[in-house]
Amino acid sequence: MSRFAIGIDLGTTNTALASAPIGDKNDTSKPEVMAVPQIVAAGETASRPLLPSFLYVPADGQFPAGSLRLPWGESPTLVGAFARSQGATTPARIVSSAKSWLSYAGADRNGAILPWQAPEEVAKLSPVDVSARYLEHLRAAWDAQHPEAPLAQQDVVLTVPASFDAVARELTAVAAQRAGLPTGVRLLEEPQAALYAWLADQGTDWRSQLAVGETILVCDIGGGTTDFSLIEVRETDGNLELHRVAVGDHILLGGDNMDLALAYTVRARLENEGVKLDDWQMRALTYACRAAKEIMLGGSDSDTQPLVIPGRGSKLIGGTITTELRRAELESVLLEGFFPIVDASARPVAPRRVGLTSLGLPYASDAAVTRHLAAFLGREGLPRNPTAILFNGGVTRSPVLRDRLHAVLASWAQAAGARAPKILSGVDPDLSVCRGAAYYARVVRDGGVRIRGGTAQAYYVGMERAELAVPGIAPKLDALCVAPFGMEEGTEVTLPMALGLIVGEPVSFRFFGSSTRGEDQVGAVVDPSELTELAPIEATFEDLNRAAGEAVEVRLHARLTEVGTLEMEAVGDKGRWKLSFDVRVQ
Amino acid sequence: MQSSLGFFSRLWLAFILPWIVLFNGRTAARVQAARLGNATPSRDDSPASAPTETSLSAVKIIDAAPTVTAPDATTAMQLLAIMQREGRFIDFLQEDVGSFSDAQVGAAARVVHAGCKRALADYVTLEPVRREPEGAAIVLDRGFDAGRNRLTGNVVGEPPFKGKLTHHGWQIATIKLPTLASGHDPKVIAPAEVEL
Repeated sequence: MSRFAIGIDLGTTNTALASAPIGDKNDTSKPEVMAVPQIVAAGETASRPLLPSFLYVPADGQFPAGSLRLPWGESPTLVGAFARSQGATTPARIVSSAKSWLSYAGADRNGAILPWQAPEEVAKLSPVDVSARYLEHLRAAWDAQHPEAPLAQQDVVLTVPASFDAVARELTAVAAQRAGLPTGVRLLEEPQAALYAWLADQGTDWRSQLAVGETILVCDIGGGTTDFSLIEVRETDGNLELHRVAVGDHILLGGDNMDLALAYTVRARLENEGVKLDDWQMRALTYACRAAKEIMLGGSDSDTQPLVIPGRGSKLIGGTITTELRRAELESVLLEGFFPIVDASARPVAPRRVGLTSLGLPYASDAAVTRHLAAFLGREGLPRNPTAILFNGGVTRSPVLRDRLHAVLASWAQAAGARAPKILSGVDPDLSVCRGAAYYARVVRDGGVRIRGGTAQAYYVGMERAELAVPGIAPKLDALCVAPFGMEEGTEVTLPMALGLIVGEPVSFRFFGSSTRGEDQVGAVVDPSELTELAPIEATFEDLNRAAGEAVEVRLHARLTEVGTLEMEAVGDKGRWKLSFDVRVQ
Repeated sequence: MQSSLGFFSRLWLAFILPWIVLFNGRTAARVQAARLGNATPSRDDSPASAPTETSLSAVKIIDAAPTVTAPDATTAMQLLAIMQREGRFIDFLQEDVGSFSDAQVGAAARVVHAGCKRALADYVTLEPVRREPEGAAIVLDRGFDAGRNRLTGNVVGEPPFKGKLTHHGWQIATIKLPTLASGHDPKVIAPAEVEL
């Protein structure tokens, strides 16, 4: 019997868990963030609200025996604060941004590929395994603190970026199972979780702050990713309802890129002055830039902030390099580089096509968050000028950056004759996602206002066009919509046309998604060049009543599960066959 | 040299004070009182003697069962390790500052200050002993807590004492140091680093 509603924010750079008691409808206490015990140095364990999403693979004998032992036992890998600090000096053994790998179709996400490009002797893990390790750590920490209410028996909600496609969501659910989370763990989009945290904070008061017809832009800029969602306030039978009407593309761009950009700028200046930095000093400089940035963007109006790169040996003073971060640099790199003032018609600069594409994560090629935002709001059929903004993610702690984003949105609104959006405030940009997720888990159980969303993308399967074959030319491919955008949890749709499948032979469909095509209905035929190709779906059809090689007529069914994953089945007269995503990369 | 001495002793006191306070509120108050009363910093008064005097109050907070009579140096060593790890505290104190300019020492002090402050925030919650603003008029009635209030200046007559708050004092509200793995040698406050 569950007693807690639990929200887990499995973040690119930090992971956190919040909980709230369930069962008492009058209990309006806010979800509490759990202190997570973790190794903070060899032989030392301390509790912190955030578990850094870093995994370190120690070499044999690198640390004294037993020094990586957690209160609940030993683990072959190390996650959390010490993994992050140790990884900073030993890059070949650290896994960071596992979540970005989980959503990258160009990588074999079930393959043991991380730490990326590590030497052979380093034991590697798949992106799914790494995510599972973080969740496993949280589960063990929770179970140790609540032996009477193990996590596997609670109502758990796990957050994913709104821009995660069906495959990345499925893999997140797999990681949750591998980590021993309950089977019924639900997935919730992070921007929605942030809005739930705001709703939890407002109580019933939110209805006086938002009116029917308003649209809320959730602008979530974390350490590694930027995620936009639009949520509309509608009215049904006299009640206010929230509908998530659009989600942005997956943008690998966040605070870490900003710190690095500042560090490169300062390094270039130092090099002009004849000072060379090694890798270790560069990391120290990046760290110092982050701290200086936070002070200068945190409301301080000082023109410079000192940057100190400490010497590495025991001689601290003698080996220290001192420089400064100047406001002009900060403004040109951050404000003009990442948050330039642009028109609503601006669009991100398309990635340059290079002959040799490097493997590794597909970081955003245009660093301008405001241009990505303009592209999102400029989509066909969307309300262009949101009436409210909710900021989330560590980067939005800065009042300077919030003001800049607000000013840009206000200028777009003014050009269109609309009013500047108001700011919904009161959520902690680092912890609101796990708190909001716990609040949602309680709402599912005990009732309360819910955000309606459904599928965040429309999904399509590739079908070869039946036409006269021309030797040497691949038959043209059509994409058929199998699951429209906004299909709600628990609903199922059927592709109207029947397909002939061969018993005993593996089949594979190319699979596509689109976060921009909101109108396509089931069966709509579109040009695949307008879509994003995802991992193929495959199955082998076994039918005991028929011989191998015989053809069966089936129809494709797509269902959005209560968990929040997309399930595809081929349904014939004699049975149903589940189709699964094939995330191997050929 | 005279001017840099003033700077260093201030610097030194700024770093050493939280350290003393961590181990003994009484010593901290006395060091403070001595410093304020004599106007000359009593440099010999503090860090060496502070931990060797009863650090039981700190032990009490850290350890639920203070059955030892002699102070347990493990937590002291652990705290030094944390200060070194986060803020290069030992490196800083062990270096000869005399051969560097104030600007160089000041730059390194930023590393120490930022790191030790962060470490302190992670494990210790500090609060003033008295909430009144410094400079406020204070009345100490008969039976006042002499452990929490140190009298200085013209100490004559009987309570109630009327005076002025010269320093609000510091006390530890909570302290929670990392737990140590069994077999962990706390004497190694910073392992040697070998880059391969």
